[in-house]
Amino acid sequence: MSNHNETQNDSATTWGGKVSPFSTSYGKLMMWFFLVSDALTFGGLLIAYGFTRHACQVAWPIGEETFNSLPFLGHGYPLLYVALMTFILIVSSVTMVLAVEAGHRMDKKGVQKWMLATIVGGLFFVGSQAWEWYHFIHGSEFGKIELADGSKAIVKGHFGEIKDFTVVEAGKHHHKGAVIKEDLLHQFHHAIEHGKLKNDTITLHDGSKALVHRAKDEHVVLVIKEDGLKYKTGQHVEKGADKMYHEVINSGTPHRVIYGANLKANEYGPTQYAQFFFFITGFHGFHVFSGVVFNFLIFLKVVEGRYHRRGHYEMVEKTGLYWHFVDLVWVFVFTFFYLV
Amino acid sequence: MSAITHDTHGHHDAHDHHDHHEETFISKYIFSQDHKMIGKQFLITAVFMGLVAMLLSLLFRIQLAWPGESSDFLSLFLGETWAPGGILKENMYLGLVTIHGTIMVFFLLTGGLSGTFSNLLIPLQIGARDMASGFLNMVSYWLFAGSSVIMLVSLFIETGPAMAGWTIYPPLSALPQAIEGSGLGMTLWLLSMTLFIAGSLIGSLNYIVTVLNLRTTGMSMTRMPLTIWAFFVTAILGVLSFPVLLSAAVLLMMDRLAGTSFYLSDIIVGGEMLENHGGSPLLYQHLFWFLGHPEVYIVLLPALGLSSEVISTNARKPIFGYRAMIGSILAIGFLSFIVWGHHMFVTGMNPFLGSVFVFTTLLIAIPSAVKVFNYLTTLWRGSIVFTPAMLFAVGLVSTFITGGVTGIILADSALDIAVHDTYFVVAHFHIVMGMSAVFGMFAGVYHWFPKMYGRMMNTRLGYAHFWVTLVGAYGVFFPMHFVGLAGAPRRYYDYSVYNEFDTNTYEMMLDLNVIITVFAIIAALGQMIFLFNFFYSIFRGPVAVQNPWKSNTLEWTTPVEHVHGNWPGALPVVHRWPYDYSKPGAEEDYILQTVPLAEGEEEH
Repeated sequence: MSNHNETQNDSATTWGGKVSPFSTSYGKLMMWFFLVSDALTFGGLLIAYGFTRHACQVAWPIGEETFNSLPFLGHGYPLLYVALMTFILIVSSVTMVLAVEAGHRMDKKGVQKWMLATIVGGLFFVGSQAWEWYHFIHGSEFGKIELADGSKAIVKGHFGEIKDFTVVEAGKHHHKGAVIKEDLLHQFHHAIEHGKLKNDTITLHDGSKALVHRAKDEHVVLVIKEDGLKYKTGQHVEKGADKMYHEVINSGTPHRVIYGANLKANEYGPTQYAQFFFFITGFHGFHVFSGVVFNFLIFLKVVEGRYHRRGHYEMVEKTGLYWHFVDLVWVFVFTFFYLV
Repeated sequence: MSAITHDTHGHHDAHDHHDHHEETFISKYIFSQDHKMIGKQFLITAVFMGLVAMLLSLLFRIQLAWPGESSDFLSLFLGETWAPGGILKENMYLGLVTIHGTIMVFFLLTGGLSGTFSNLLIPLQIGARDMASGFLNMVSYWLFAGSSVIMLVSLFIETGPAMAGWTIYPPLSALPQAIEGSGLGMTLWLLSMTLFIAGSLIGSLNYIVTVLNLRTTGMSMTRMPLTIWAFFVTAILGVLSFPVLLSAAVLLMMDRLAGTSFYLSDIIVGGEMLENHGGSPLLYQHLFWFLGHPEVYIVLLPALGLSSEVISTNARKPIFGYRAMIGSILAIGFLSFIVWGHHMFVTGMNPFLGSVFVFTTLLIAIPSAVKVFNYLTTLWRGSIVFTPAMLFAVGLVSTFITGGVTGIILADSALDIAVHDTYFVVAHFHIVMGMSAVFGMFAGVYHWFPKMYGRMMNTRLGYAHFWVTLVGAYGVFFPMHFVGLAGAPRRYYDYSVYNEFDTNTYEMMLDLNVIITVFAIIAALGQMIFLFNFFYSIFRGPVAVQNPWKSNTLEWTTPVEHVHGNWPGALPVVHRWPYDYSKPGAEEDYILQTVPLAEGEEEH
């Protein structure tokens, strides 16, 4: 400005007024700044998670141990499902890029195709998250157990399949000698949580008692997560582990075994872990869901031809920015909850 | 008003070719998308909220000055429920303090300052037809209005408003069994603030992109008035800090409604241990103050920006150190994010970490001092015109210094430990943030009133208002330092227990409290002068000329009657910075930004 030879109004430079300094429309700029803001919301939540984990006195759950289920296939596949979810979400980002690119070429058909693919990917992700929550809430077959010395352990190994319950003492519904073959694991877990399994005899809802026929557990290892008098955190107990497990679940004492997670207790570790898991993945899932809704509304307008008439597909770009952001946030959420 | 309306329409038809639709009452005054109207909506709403908050402060000041004495005034406003026999209930005392703080910080000084003047001045001073998105601007106002209503409603519910202080620290704010205000009142508080944050976010996004994208030809960033720089940085601070408050608030909401324990651990209420285990109330404080401190500057920067403009105009001198002013606004904005720990010196923080926060906090003194010295050097040997706006702007400089000096004391962890959470702190932030921001706001209202309503406010009433406010406010907050140094903690309902330790100190505190309350009443009555002047002048004030203060900025090139799109013809083109006052060789002592540089004239 001190230079006298400069043009009187320096509109020649992009910052001189009249034109956008970033050659970007206000709408896209607004989206960028909104994303910055939203990033700080997630930043706040993830820092809160880190703060709590850092302050926590007991062992924090490990991703591979917590998330090892696949739909229909059961347990024993560490992080496989979440890898699939993440892959699909990232692919949906790629299809979003393709939709935006098709928009630049004013290729309406292309935009439609790739938007649709993005929406499907997003729906798949949200659905997967529901599965993930389902597994998280229901927990492992073994559960977390409290040993005789007061220490707490998770159990690894092959859970012996429950064949049936044979009623030995009639209750309101079941008569003596009946063989129950349905909903076995759920009833089994429920009984153990409430101390209603003793000497392999289960007390059912209606008050009847039944003998549990279950295959032997194999390769059982107890991983200590909370110190007791005898065992310390981090210790692996293999010798006699199946016997110890059997003893605990047959003790007839309520609350010695925890299955799955809710806001009050969970088998994986401190209560805060599940609370943050529900809240942060829920908050992210809400973002993905909103993204799917936005994408769908914009898809409808693409089909209707509104943007084609307008001469540009900027709306697709804007929702694309949001979609990539949601994707990026997932990478962080994924890292915090599953990897570290 | 009707006369102005009529004029506006006349103007419309004559000049405005791209907007011929007839405006209904609703689209013009209620769901308006015009930035000038939205600015006025923000102002009126915020002034109303400010009055409520001021009234609340009088109610609890009466309790502090005359503890336990029956008062008809309290009976009148609080009734038998909250002031049985005219004596304020303890819980309601906390409720009043909480809502007073909340309204003043968020609704008056954030919504009222940034909301009003960013809306009014950004398009006018950068030469834009309107905000980038008029629709979102309207949404922003209505979210603000909705949140105001919810906050007011919370005063009238059976269990009373939120009572955990404006900082709503858990566990007090998280547990309804801790205090009755932490029931529905707290839920409404959180709901209201969520709406407020959404509205503020939308507004801020709009301000930022408008400043970036819609500057007129020649309006480079370094030709923008300092007001715009201040609003711009304020909006950025809002975008970065409010979302973190949102995270803090939603986690608190979960603790309250879903039974999580993010902030709660091993609490005993009524002899019974709660289930919650493992959370940390300190987590809340970190999240809250990460917003909380930038919020101080969200409140203060617009006031500083407004006063820069007012001082330069009325000193008839270029602002001293224009670039240094921009630099210090940016520096203050940046530093505000790395000082939050100074609110938490006594939380058991590692002393080393504390000393880091001491260092960063003291750094803020540098840009703040740059601003103060630039104000003083701008005033130095100027041909000062003491309009009411100028008085308030100079008043701001005064309070910014007095409040800033105690800030240095509080920034030191070693000193802060002694006065933490006493009335010393209350006095400090009321002067440096409360008074300064309110003075900036008054300066803005008096200065831009002709632009808002096309009429002038009464100058003599303005002078009276200024002196009563200045004397009243200092009368309140100056003695308050001594109450704090004597050891009186804030948010106490009654200090009579001090009588047991030291009768002299107790009596001094009580005497000072009486003085403070008397001054508070005087200052509150002084605001009636303003209200009368404001509303009277809207309808009956003398009609304003186009450029009443002989100012350089673009808003004074628009017609007095508002038109859609601000300028009837083409947008103005800018050729110079906004502070060419008393330029040697010029015919007049001001040169509008639209005037091209003369042959051989150097730009500043």
